[in-house]
Amino acid sequence: METYRFSVSIMPRDGILDPAGKAVEAALPQLHADNVHEVRVGRRIELSVQAASVDAALETVDSLAADFLANPLIERWEISPL
Amino acid sequence: MGDQPALKVGIVVFPGSNCDRDAQHAAQLAGAETQLLWHETPDLGGSDAVILPGGFAHGDYLRAGAIARFSPIMGPVREFAARGGLVLGICNGFQVLTEAGLLPGVLRRNATLRFEHRWVTLAVENRDTPFTRLVPQGKTLHMPIAHGEGNYWLPDDRLDALERSGQVVFRYTSPEGNPNGSARNIAGVTDERGRVCGLMPHPERASEELLGSDDGMLLIRSLVESMAKIEAAA
Repeated sequence: METYRFSVSIMPRDGILDPAGKAVEAALPQLHADNVHEVRVGRRIELSVQAASVDAALETVDSLAADFLANPLIERWEISPL
Repeated sequence: MGDQPALKVGIVVFPGSNCDRDAQHAAQLAGAETQLLWHETPDLGGSDAVILPGGFAHGDYLRAGAIARFSPIMGPVREFAARGGLVLGICNGFQVLTEAGLLPGVLRRNATLRFEHRWVTLAVENRDTPFTRLVPQGKTLHMPIAHGEGNYWLPDDRLDALERSGQVVFRYTSPEGNPNGSARNIAGVTDERGRVCGLMPHPERASEELLGSDDGMLLIRSLVESMAKIEAAA
């Protein structure tokens, strides 16, 4: 068994309202950052998986993401090796 | 005949639940026996109906209700619902039921960017459910909300299906209107069989006139009466 470490970046799906992103964007004029737009706020989770291969580890993380870490109705995710 | 045990409402207590005692009080006012069920309890203790109360189960980490779904008691709750048992999720309880897949949809963050805590008015769209049978026709309900994630959402085609099957039970209506951006002003829904219900407003906080309204008791009394009918039919 090897240990593989990944990050899972979870973002609101396009077109899904993102109140946190809107709140951040609303503060930007105070910083004179009027040229910054389309702020989206998500979250990032890092985890280690013990598995026989990187593919098996990826499969575990992807099913965790679909079933628990993200809500597929409103969120998408990207898994990256660390 | 007179020795029939009283019907019992089980109220689940997750770490972080904070409306469990209020729900218990309301169920007792409606004439039911009650028991609090710690979330690690392996069964429902013979409950005839189950309430998942408001609060912040497991701190609402990850997403509201996402971790509560894995509490040991949710296995028995799922089996109970599958057998047609009555399950009512209030506020955080509604969020837990959607995360557990026992109710359709998702409760997103409020579109207002704020935690919303105030009184709202609800239209009852379906009075033919175990949770609304005692609501007089045309009556709107005055109840408080208190949530940061109550913005109900499903894709449009699934919302259409939900409406067609009478699963949209409560809608925010005037004068206050929609407090959180919820799709089609939805405040509460049931599952396909109408035995599992979730709503964001708090009926247990509208259980006595002294609190500002006792409209919530129409739902709690409906639940207790329905529970007796289901028991009698079993």
